[in-house]
Amino acid sequence: MANPYVKLLGAQIRSQLQYRASFFLDLSMATLLSAVDIGALFLLFRVTPALGGFGWREVILMTAISGAGFCMADLAVGEIERLKHYIRTGLLDTVLLRPMSALGQLLVLDFATRRAGRVVQGTLFYLVALTVAPVKWDAARVVYAIVAPINAAVFFSAVFVTLAAIAFWWIESGDIANAFTYGGRDFTAYPSTMFHGWFRGLFAFGLGFAFVAYLPALALLGLSEPIGLPDWARWCSPLVTLVVVLIARATWLAGLRRYGSTGS
Amino acid sequence: MSAPAASIPAGSLRAFLALVGAGYRRFSTYRQAALGSAFTNAVFGFLRCSVLLTVAAAGAGGTLVGYNPAQLATYVWVSQGLIGVINFWTQLDLVERIKSGNIAADLLRPMDIMWMQLATELGRSLFGLVLRFTLPITVGAIFFDLYLPGKPHVYLLFVVAMVLSVLVGFLCRYILCLLCFWFLDIRGFWTAWVLCSGLLGGLQFPLPVWPDWLVTTLWVATPFPLLLQGPLDVLVERESGAVIGLQVVWLVILFGVSRLMQGRALRKLVVQGG
Repeated sequence: MANPYVKLLGAQIRSQLQYRASFFLDLSMATLLSAVDIGALFLLFRVTPALGGFGWREVILMTAISGAGFCMADLAVGEIERLKHYIRTGLLDTVLLRPMSALGQLLVLDFATRRAGRVVQGTLFYLVALTVAPVKWDAARVVYAIVAPINAAVFFSAVFVTLAAIAFWWIESGDIANAFTYGGRDFTAYPSTMFHGWFRGLFAFGLGFAFVAYLPALALLGLSEPIGLPDWARWCSPLVTLVVVLIARATWLAGLRRYGSTGS
Repeated sequence: MSAPAASIPAGSLRAFLALVGAGYRRFSTYRQAALGSAFTNAVFGFLRCSVLLTVAAAGAGGTLVGYNPAQLATYVWVSQGLIGVINFWTQLDLVERIKSGNIAADLLRPMDIMWMQLATELGRSLFGLVLRFTLPITVGAIFFDLYLPGKPHVYLLFVVAMVLSVLVGFLCRYILCLLCFWFLDIRGFWTAWVLCSGLLGGLQFPLPVWPDWLVTTLWVATPFPLLLQGPLDVLVERESGAVIGLQVVWLVILFGVSRLMQGRALRKLVVQGG
């Protein structure tokens, strides 16, 4: 018997392809939407020579790592934000009754095929950025160049899951999750030096977003961190991501244990 | 079915206002969700404002395409507040009603479906003014120097531009939702609308950041700049009457298009399963 997750995923993709015109418009628009980040960057460089002390060939690497990572995370787990809906309507009961992982089912049930185009585009853009940016290539950096976008993807996925799990405690949370998912993408697309005061402290280090794209990019470029972080910290992104993943796991499991259905 | 008349009979004005009130009460039950969304708007206010102010500080004369830092801050924070009032991205109930066939019941009611949808959305906008508009702007005022127009009539003009922007935004969404009569699944159109209304409406950056020819084209040929850029330029005193005039012109155009589409849609409508 084929893997049930693969079967569910296949069925989901086929069903989304039923309204063909709408699907392809959606696919192309979603792809265009993520190209906007890149376009926005060039718009800003039309009116300023440097962003937060970095030139465009350096910033483009940060934007590309963040963009590629976010696209992959959004494709894989982005629709988990619909958990609210599953809890409110009681559909989660059905999911929990099946002898399969709840998280695994939710991910394939809501798989957003239209986001596939973005991953291709995000990856291509990252490859271009790697050739344009003045990367100081050596063996360690080759490995880190491969690790960085995957690390960013895992980081964002953990953020998606953690925030979606809030719905176990607070169903009416509006789009508070977007502040940290899409907000996190916006934050990581720029050098952290563009932000100031406690807001930078909170987002860059408190929530760890500096480790998504900014610090790995500095490591690849062979530049020191101007705010004053030691050079070795630039290589610590996977460790920070591990912590975030553990937090996501703990939150999700605690939420599932707490879930008491809608009661009717 | 024939297209119903577009005007509201005098007696139904009270019904319309009652529906606006009902819409307000409906959305005001989701107070926590509104707080959550206002929080998100505030976070984006910080993100966008920091980026634009940093760019302005590095640019010539400390300005960005003619906006000084205080104007930029007002632009960003008020735009975040307006999101919850104009409700760009929320699909109308109409879509679900067309898909489920409940639209048949709506067509039997004594009020045109357009006015019913408008009333609900106006109720939503009114509730948006209470939390989604005020909270992000308050946060912005605490942490940034906002530009405040000195002349009282500017505020009045801004209110007029904001109301017109709500109406223009409603008609754009209404037209998109009417497409559901033909396509059933309008997700693709909706993604396109979300992309255009934000980016070409001036949400991410003030439009003058774009190349001049593009900005001119957008102002002349599309309603997008009238959603945010227009009202915000009125508030920071870069524009005034011209924006409002253009909004009125687009209201008339969009109203005509939507009536035409609605008439055709209802003539071809065969409710599913009936």
